[in-house]
Parts: sequence; structure tokens; C-alpha cells
Amino acid sequence: MRLTALAAAAILVAGVANANPVAPTDVAYDDSGAVAESLTGVAGDAANGAKVMTDRGKGNCVACHAVTALSDAPFHGTVAPTLDGVGGVRSEAELRGIVANAKMTFEGSVMPPFYKTTGFTRPGDGYTGKAAPADLAPILTAQEIEDVVAFLATLKD
Amino acid sequence: MKIKALTAVAALMLSAPMAFAEADEDQLIINGDVAMISKTAAAPHLEGALSEVISGWHFRDNETQAMQLDDFDNPGMVFVDLARDAWATAEGTEGKSCASCHGEPEAMAGVKAVYPKWNETAGEVRTLQMQMNDCRTTRMGAEAWKTDAKEALNMEALMAVVSRGMPMNVAIDGPAAETWAKGKEIYYTRYGQLELSCANCHEQNYGNYIRSDHLSQGQIEAFPAYRLKDAALVGVQSRFKGCVRDTRAETFSPGSPEFIALELYVASRGNGLSVEGPSVRN
Ligand code: HEC
Ligand code: HEC
Ligand code: HEC
Repeated sequence: MRLTALAAAAILVAGVANANPVAPTDVAYDDSGAVAESLTGVAGDAANGAKVMTDRGKGNCVACHAVTALSDAPFHGTVAPTLDGVGGVRSEAELRGIVANAKMTFEGSVMPPFYKTTGFTRPGDGYTGKAAPADLAPILTAQEIEDVVAFLATLKD
Repeated sequence: MKIKALTAVAALMLSAPMAFAEADEDQLIINGDVAMISKTAAAPHLEGALSEVISGWHFRDNETQAMQLDDFDNPGMVFVDLARDAWATAEGTEGKSCASCHGEPEAMAGVKAVYPKWNETAGEVRTLQMQMNDCRTTRMGAEAWKTDAKEALNMEALMAVVSRGMPMNVAIDGPAAETWAKGKEIYYTRYGQLELSCANCHEQNYGNYIRSDHLSQGQIEAFPAYRLKDAALVGVQSRFKGCVRDTRAETFSPGSPEFIALELYVASRGNGLSVEGPSVRN
């Protein structure tokens, strides 16, 4: 009875949090580009984060970064530093800020912003080459950002 | 848990593809005869951006490179032969062929190296395809080819072959300066949802791998290129379109003023490199 009540409460919390993720335009970056608050209030799922990072249509992080823990996905790039060990040196808040919009941390970075919907030059509709719809979605959802952050946090040497 | 299991496989797979990174040291000599300038000092206008300019050939794997070394192995040469036939074939209301006015295609030696080029009469910068179309429409009474249409690319490949080895020497001053500046601005603009400019990949990161692609300087002195993945010749502006699309951007169209300006600018980044088309690329 107690358990069921707890579970119900948990679902409720999760549901509420999910229904109201922080919008891309409302993300609170601090001076160094970190984002302290979770975007969803729901703990990230590291296994899904790993999938997002290798999926070409989503994070495709391995296009630029080598990640030893993801080496079953072929062909990691050399454009960016390896992410091995990054969870040991970067806080969750820093990682969240970098994944959401790396330019807030690294000025002029080549790394694309994954949780941003405005301020682009000729944004497209995915990889179609056509113009983006008016309600352009961020490349990753709020929960996918949290999932990626959770995975990155596991990358400790 | 699952993640940790993967770590074991890791080290094995990562090391191999990253061993070679920069442009290779091979020599590009076609048919064992025509030595190409495939690396040279960058033009003065590139000061601060690039010190050396390098043909895309140096960034391809050995197998792809080898196909370009011999015209019998170069699948793009079939299209050059088609263009030689077309050159001598009358078309349009005037009953004329290219040969009627220009003689042998070899009379066009050196032309490819200076295009895109300002045309005084028309008051515009013209790509080679635009110039050929002008001959077709105003002098032959024939229909213009669409930008990067098969026939246009075949003829452009022939124009490349007769200029082979000659250094690119595109003018960027005088009346072309305005168009050139527009092209330069486009080159450095970060387009699309990925916010990436041509320079982010081809200037800052050439030599690096983006996923499995070995990034070159994105030069166009070797166009048209025969792309193995398309089994066809690809034109400069269609190549640009693919690169812009890959930044999750709304592309420009081949033939648009933006891509004409960009073609002039990118061609000028290759000044000093030999005309190389048709090249072979993956
Ligand atoms: C187009 C290339 C590119 C892609 C794609 C990319 N990154 Fe990056 N990333 C970079 C570069 C370059 C840096 C180094 C910072 C800088 O100087 O801009 C970086 C830095 C980072 C850092 C900081 C590393 C450190 O040591 O502090 C993290 C974390 C990171 N990226 C995670 C990701 C994740 C997660 C993804 C996918 C969702 C991703 N990146 C996709 C280029 C990329
Ligand atoms: C009726 C004669 C005539 C025919 C036919 C003709 N051209 Fe031309 N072409 C000219 C003339 C005249 C010029 C010089 C135009 C100018 O400078 O404005 C020219 C210029 C060119 C140029 C630019 C040369 C340079 O130095 O910049 C190219 C390339 C060219 N023609 C290709 C072709 C091709 C390909 C065909 C066949 C599809 C063709 N022409 C058919 C008369 C002709
Ligand atoms: C996300 C990275 C990226 C961006 C941004 C990008 N390209 Fe590319 N481009 C590539 C890759 C990958 C290739 C294939 C490998 C190579 O030659 O670099 C390529 C190939 C090319 C080639 C063919 C080169 C050859 O020798 O075969 C040209 C030309 C080119 N790009 C021009 C451009 C221009 C112009 C822009 C800007 C509008 C641009 N690219 C933007 C990644 C990019």
C-alpha cells in the first residue's frame, strides 16, 4: 500500500517534471556557461545517453569526439578532444551547459548547440536542405540532454 | 553496466583510423606524365587563414587516389569523351557546334584556370558553365544547360582536361572584387542549426576526421569530380549544396547569386594549384 502510494507519487513527480521541461530559451547559464538545474527534474538515463551520442540524427558526438566507451560505434572523429575521463574533471552543471550550448563555455566553439532554437542563420528542417518550420525543435530534447549528461558523468578514468 | 562491457572492445577499434591525419606526401602525376601542383604556398589574400593550399586528392585513401593517376582508371574520363563528341555536334537554330567557332577543344587551354571571371559586356561574374550557356543561347540558338546538368558537367570536365596542370589564377580584384567579398562572407558564415561555416571544417579542421570523413581544404581546382558514391560527375555548386545541407541549414540553389559568389571565392583559395579535373573522390 505504502509502496504503491510512493510509486504513484513518483510517477506524478516525473510526469509533472516531464510536462514542463525548461524551454531552450529559458535555460539559465552562469558566467562560465554551466547550468546548475536539471532541465527536466528527471534523472538522466545513461544508457540512452550513450545511444543519443552515437546516433547520426541526434547527438552524433562521436563524429567529432573519440569516446572509448562507445567504440562499438565505428569511426570516431578527431575534430575535438576525447571525452574519456570528462566525468571526472567536469561537474554535472558544466557538462549540462556544454551539451546544451557549448558556446556559452567555449567562445566561438565548433561544437554545435544541442538545446537551442533561435538565433540561427538559415536554419534547415533537419538534413533536408529545406527551410526550418517556424516551431524549430532543438536537436536534442531536454530529457535527451539529461541522458547525455548522465552518460558523460560515468566517463571517469 | 552495459556501458562498462563496451570498454573492453574499445582500445582495439580506436587506434587504427587515427594513425594518419595530415595530407599525405604522395605525388600526383597523371599518366606518369603530367605533374600536378597539388600543394603550394597560399595566395596572399589567404594570409592568416592558410599558409599552404592542398588538393583534396591528398586526403583520399590510396585506392581512390590511384584511380586518378591514370586516365584509363579514371571513371570521369568517359564523360570527357562524351563532351568531345558534343563539342563537334551542331545544336540549336544556328546549326553551329562549339567547334564551328572555337576549333579544337585544346584551343580552350588555360580558360578553366581563370574562371569564374568578370565579363565586361554582361557586367557580371560568370562561372564557366554560365559562359558556355551564353554561347549556347546567344550564339547557337540552343537551350541553356541547367547548372550542373550532365551535359554541362561533361563539357566542364573537357575544359578541365585541356587546362590540366595549369595553375589556377582567378582574378579577385577590379570589378570582381564585390562578388568575391560576398563569397568570402558566405564562406565564414556559420549556417544552420549546427552553426558551422565552410571555414570551421575546411580551414580550421582539414586533416582531421569528422566521423569517417578525412577533411580536406574543400578546394575546387579538381572539379568536376567523379564521386564513387554517386557513380557520376558532381559539380562545384552541387557539392556546396551538400555541405550546407549537412549543417542542418536551408541550402542555396546551384546557379544562385550566392553560390556563384562562393564559387569565385573558393576558386581563388586554390590559386596556384593545378587544374585537376575530372578528379576522383569517394
Ligand atoms: C562538430 C564537432 C563537435 C560535435 C558534433 C560535438 N562536439 Fe563536443 N566539443 C567539440 C570541440 C571542438 C570541443 C572543444 C572545446 C572548444 O575548444 O570548442 C568540444 C568540447 C566538448 C566537451 C568539453 C570537453 C572538456 O574536456 O572540457 C564536452 C563534454 C563535449 N564536447 C561533449 C559533446 C557531446 C556530448 C556531444 C554530442 C551531443 C558533442 N560534444 C558533439 C566539438 C564537437
Ligand atoms: C557562334 C560562335 C560560337 C559558338 C558556336 C560557341 N562559342 Fe564560345 N565563344 C564565342 C565567342 C565570340 C566568345 C568570346 C566571348 C566573350 O569574350 O565575351 C566565346 C567564349 C567562350 C568561352 C570563354 C573563353 C574565355 O577565354 O573566357 C568558353 C569556355 C566557350 N566560349 C565555350 C563554348 C562552348 C562549350 C561552346 C559549345 C557549347 C561554344 N563556346 C560555342 C563564340 C562561340
Ligand atoms: C561539417 C563539416 C563541413 C562543413 C561545414 C562544410 N563541409 Fe565541405 N566537406 C565536408 C566533408 C566531410 C567533405 C568530404 C571530405 C573532404 O574533401 O573534406 C567535404 C567536401 C567538400 C568539397 C570537395 C573537395 C574535394 O576535393 O573533393 C568542397 C569543394 C567543399 N566541401 C566545400 C565546402 C564549402 C564551400 C562549404 C561551406 C558552404 C563547406 N564545404 C562546408 C565537410 C564540411
